[in-house]
Amino acid sequence: MQLKAKKPNLKVMLTTASCALLGTTATVCAEETWQFDTAIMHYAEADRVSATEAIIAGTKTFKNDEILSLKLTIDALTGASPNGATAQPTPQTFTRPSGNGQYNVKAGDTPLDDTFHDTRVQLTGQWTQPLLKDYTVSVGGNFSKEYDYMSASLNGNVARDFNKKNTTLSAGMAYAYDVIEPEGGIPKPLSEMDVGDSNDPNFNDDFNKTRIASDESKSTIDLLFGVTQVINRQMIVQLNYSYSTVSGYMTDPFKIISSVNKNGESQAYLYENRPDERTKHAFFGQTKYHFDSGILDASYRYMTDDWQIDSHTFDFRYLIPFTNGHFIEPHFRLYTQSAAEFYQPFIAQDEAKPNFVSADYRIGELDTYTVGLKYGMPLGDGNNLSFRLEYYHQTPKDNGTQAIGVLKEVELYEQVDAIIVQVTYSF
Amino acid sequence: MLIVNRYKVLVALSLVCSVVGMSGCSSLGVEPWERDLLAKKEMALTSAPIDASLDDHIYFSKEATSGGRSFGGGGCGCN
Repeated sequence: MQLKAKKPNLKVMLTTASCALLGTTATVCAEETWQFDTAIMHYAEADRVSATEAIIAGTKTFKNDEILSLKLTIDALTGASPNGATAQPTPQTFTRPSGNGQYNVKAGDTPLDDTFHDTRVQLTGQWTQPLLKDYTVSVGGNFSKEYDYMSASLNGNVARDFNKKNTTLSAGMAYAYDVIEPEGGIPKPLSEMDVGDSNDPNFNDDFNKTRIASDESKSTIDLLFGVTQVINRQMIVQLNYSYSTVSGYMTDPFKIISSVNKNGESQAYLYENRPDERTKHAFFGQTKYHFDSGILDASYRYMTDDWQIDSHTFDFRYLIPFTNGHFIEPHFRLYTQSAAEFYQPFIAQDEAKPNFVSADYRIGELDTYTVGLKYGMPLGDGNNLSFRLEYYHQTPKDNGTQAIGVLKEVELYEQVDAIIVQVTYSF
Repeated sequence: MLIVNRYKVLVALSLVCSVVGMSGCSSLGVEPWERDLLAKKEMALTSAPIDASLDDHIYFSKEATSGGRSFGGGGCGCN
């Protein structure tokens, strides 16, 4: 009799590895298996940033309905990001945020800083279990680290079921602490970027005069209250209210704003400055409806904050199953936001400097939409494979600011196109 | 501003109705043996958590809003 060499099974290997990590004995571990989801996603903007993100997530359900979820995310970011300055009809030169050299931008182009390069590793863990009758509690933590950024958070959540588990009320809280330590340090808010000759022996001293610290931090407290209601055999609804307050450094140390003369010509670049407090309220509603032909997932979110940003998000997915177990799911998302009160595309040189100012289009008036399609198939033994392709479009808007002089000749609000591709394998 | 206020009132009302009307809610819902469709994995409110976390990361870095469905705090220097 010929013995067939057994192929190494990825699930068995990962289960053994996670059991070893958790210090569980092999026999106990073998009784309860893990469910793994893995994914790789690539996000690419035309001529700008691109990012690749890989995820491996494991979930294990124990005998008493306790659930342990662990997730590892690794992503790499590279490419060019707008630095906040306006395009000009003439070429422009900027000093890199690190102070190590300079970069040039062609006439008419939106200034992009091409030094973006980072790798992030994130670990997430969550423990969920039933408690007493009708209660579920959950606690978790998250840690992520990249070259110049660290984020750590803890969360806790309690939920109670009513009416034969048709109604669930939940309340949760999370605390996050973030530290940013950019190469080249933290710029002095509203100081002028030093754009001298970077080969000049005095350049380093001049650059350092624009720096005030090596790192900054912020902390975030989130509260989340939710109601989930089963309506009937086909329909479930969820309503959430969340409150979030952030305190600390929210300025983007890599962003600047152009200070222009009466003819719109750039005279200086100032480092931006944002308030160090922000309070947000968000209302989120979602429904899932099981039609005969498929499942609708529709949600809406309204957010308002004390930076005067209001936003509306609409999200629709419709899952269409086929008889062979395959499915397709079209996706459509619409997003619109108003500008932060301190957003300005540029500053007039002869006007008094505001306390807070940012030309970052992501806190300006902005509309975006996403269209996408997911295709999934079963591979037997409960394994699943799916592909997702999405197109994301951003239309930044002018929030009423009139372009002056030469700024009328250039594009101040450049649109952004991005493609998202993703492969997910669950086993 | 008026529109914003109207939205706030609407959402607050629906929340209040959901909570205060809990007794009203008891007429909603299903018996345990009628959960065949709701029990499907695809009917979970977050049926694709991996997609949701990837999307959260993208939109967190590209737009001024985060959270709502779940916690939105903390993050990355991923801009």
